[in-house]
Amino acid sequence: MYKNLTLYFVILFFGLTAPFIFPAFKVQLSILCVLIVLALTWNIQGGEMGYNSFGNILFYGLGMYLCASVQVGMFFPLAEWTESGGEKTFVHTPAQFFQGMAVGLVVAAIVPTIVAGLIGYSILGLRGHYFAICTLGLGVAAGEISGGIEIIGAGQGFTTPPFPNVGGLEARGEFFYFLSFFVLVLSFITIRAIYSTRFKLILNAIRDNEDKAEAMGIETMKYKIIGWMVSAFFCGLAGGIMGGLVGYIDSTDVAFDGREMGVFMVLMAILGGKGTLWGPIIGATVFHIFKEGFWTFFLGWQYVALGVLIVVIVIYFPEGIMGWLREKYPERFGEVVDEADRKAQVELK
Amino acid sequence: MDFMVFQYPMITVQACLDGILLGVLFALIAYGMALQWGVMNIINIAQGDLVILGGYIAYFMYLYGIHPAWGVIVAPVIMFFVGVGIYKLVINKVVDRDLFISILATFGISILFMQLMNFAFGADVVLANSGYGTTFLFDSNVVLPNSKIFSAVVSIVFAICLVIYMKKSKLGRAIRATAQNARAAKILGVDTEKVYAATFGINAALCGVAGALISITFTIHPYMGLPYTIRSFMIVIVAGLGNLPGVALSGMGLGVFEEFADYILGTEFRIGSVFLLLVIILVYRRFKLSRKREYLK
Repeated sequence: MYKNLTLYFVILFFGLTAPFIFPAFKVQLSILCVLIVLALTWNIQGGEMGYNSFGNILFYGLGMYLCASVQVGMFFPLAEWTESGGEKTFVHTPAQFFQGMAVGLVVAAIVPTIVAGLIGYSILGLRGHYFAICTLGLGVAAGEISGGIEIIGAGQGFTTPPFPNVGGLEARGEFFYFLSFFVLVLSFITIRAIYSTRFKLILNAIRDNEDKAEAMGIETMKYKIIGWMVSAFFCGLAGGIMGGLVGYIDSTDVAFDGREMGVFMVLMAILGGKGTLWGPIIGATVFHIFKEGFWTFFLGWQYVALGVLIVVIVIYFPEGIMGWLREKYPERFGEVVDEADRKAQVELK
Repeated sequence: MDFMVFQYPMITVQACLDGILLGVLFALIAYGMALQWGVMNIINIAQGDLVILGGYIAYFMYLYGIHPAWGVIVAPVIMFFVGVGIYKLVINKVVDRDLFISILATFGISILFMQLMNFAFGADVVLANSGYGTTFLFDSNVVLPNSKIFSAVVSIVFAICLVIYMKKSKLGRAIRATAQNARAAKILGVDTEKVYAATFGINAALCGVAGALISITFTIHPYMGLPYTIRSFMIVIVAGLGNLPGVALSGMGLGVFEEFADYILGTEFRIGSVFLLLVIILVYRRFKLSRKREYLK
């Protein structure tokens, strides 16, 4: 179990020192942490369980709105806050800001988990593409409906509380970076822990043949719902952090953004290799670097590039980076390779 | 919430007529969806974007001084080749693969089309004015634009033509044979690759007709595609594959539902209610089937 301990310490050390090594990229690094969390949690459904969800964006957006609403609503009337738009007469004191953020993040994690548990029984009974389309509909419906609710800003959006003036110029970036890095570490430890138990085997059994798994006496529905709730917990947290980081919430462009974030999480997991622990992390990192480069130098063409990228990855690279590595270096993945047999196969080809 | 609908019965009549005329258009798009789903086992998320592209063809004819109604003839011809092009480039590589791969690939095409249309035609909401005037019924209490009636009639004509074509022609027979059993059809000498390309082309052409009609009757916008995809998906699962009267009926039902949602909940919740209805229908079917220990396939 501890064979990769050095690797973990190197990554942890790098993660803790990254904002001081690259001080100009603090916001990008925080977004990267959030993206990795989203890809990791999507992988529980899409990779391990075989339920390709477009709907995890629902929990992300829900967490974003909840965290910001609680942070504002604890101290000021929410309706007046959203009505006043960008120019605020209310200002959070540092203590109020951090208290509100803490309570808001707890709510943003717990409520989506409960929602996932409640709708899980109905939604997770669907299979294959019906599940995919249903969750796609769920995400878009949430965006459209929240865009019509007055108290959270409706069409004009919701400005989250600005970071209080404490600790110098760099404090905001560092605060959000360490917050998102903490959530990333927490989600990685949780997911690694549950992947090392029977739970992962059950998820894989559901992916491979759900009817047989049920016939073997596994209560598949229970495990599917638990898996979804774990996803929802971390998606909500990630959404709450992202709301504070971006500073502005819009129903269809930031929170329930199925066209960006909802597709990104699927794409990152597939690019890295779905059904592996490290795949989503590698995929998210590669994708984020590619995306930022492209978004900076070819502004305006980003969606064209995204569309082409989706098609190319899905058609030519469905196994992802980890799948490619596994095919190339099977020994590294603990697969015993008979050299003579392998050579014979190569000769046959 | 607004309960005018229940106080003034004429609004109810208006909503029903509007809904039925709109629903015929939805049914036409759903027919294309059912065709490719049944034959190729592909769910095309880019369906709505093909519709919008067809709409822009009619709109451009209108801009250059040609009456947009001719778009009904021109759009399907252009869209047929667009559809075949998409098939040759992307779809033929995902036909035999996992369904999720095809959903994701067409999702990519959808994003690509959305943005290309945004570049080419701008992000404004546009409509092609047909100048057909309006019809007044029941002492001017019910107002029907003639363009809506025109679009419903044209959709019905196209649907009937296509049904006859699928029954009588050689290609239609080949398509139906491939839908029943692609392997057997291949053994008996049907060029399934060609049949698939033709099916996707016909689907795109149908979308082109519907889009041209939508640009005359309603408005089009580069990002409005996804709701049309979801509507056609919903109509197909309610009706079932290969059930044409069912497609027509559930299309009209959806149209009426939308008009009432528009009146009662307000226009800002219209699209939201469509997507929510999809979720409700799927969950309802899931519980209905789970009683028989089956699931949606």
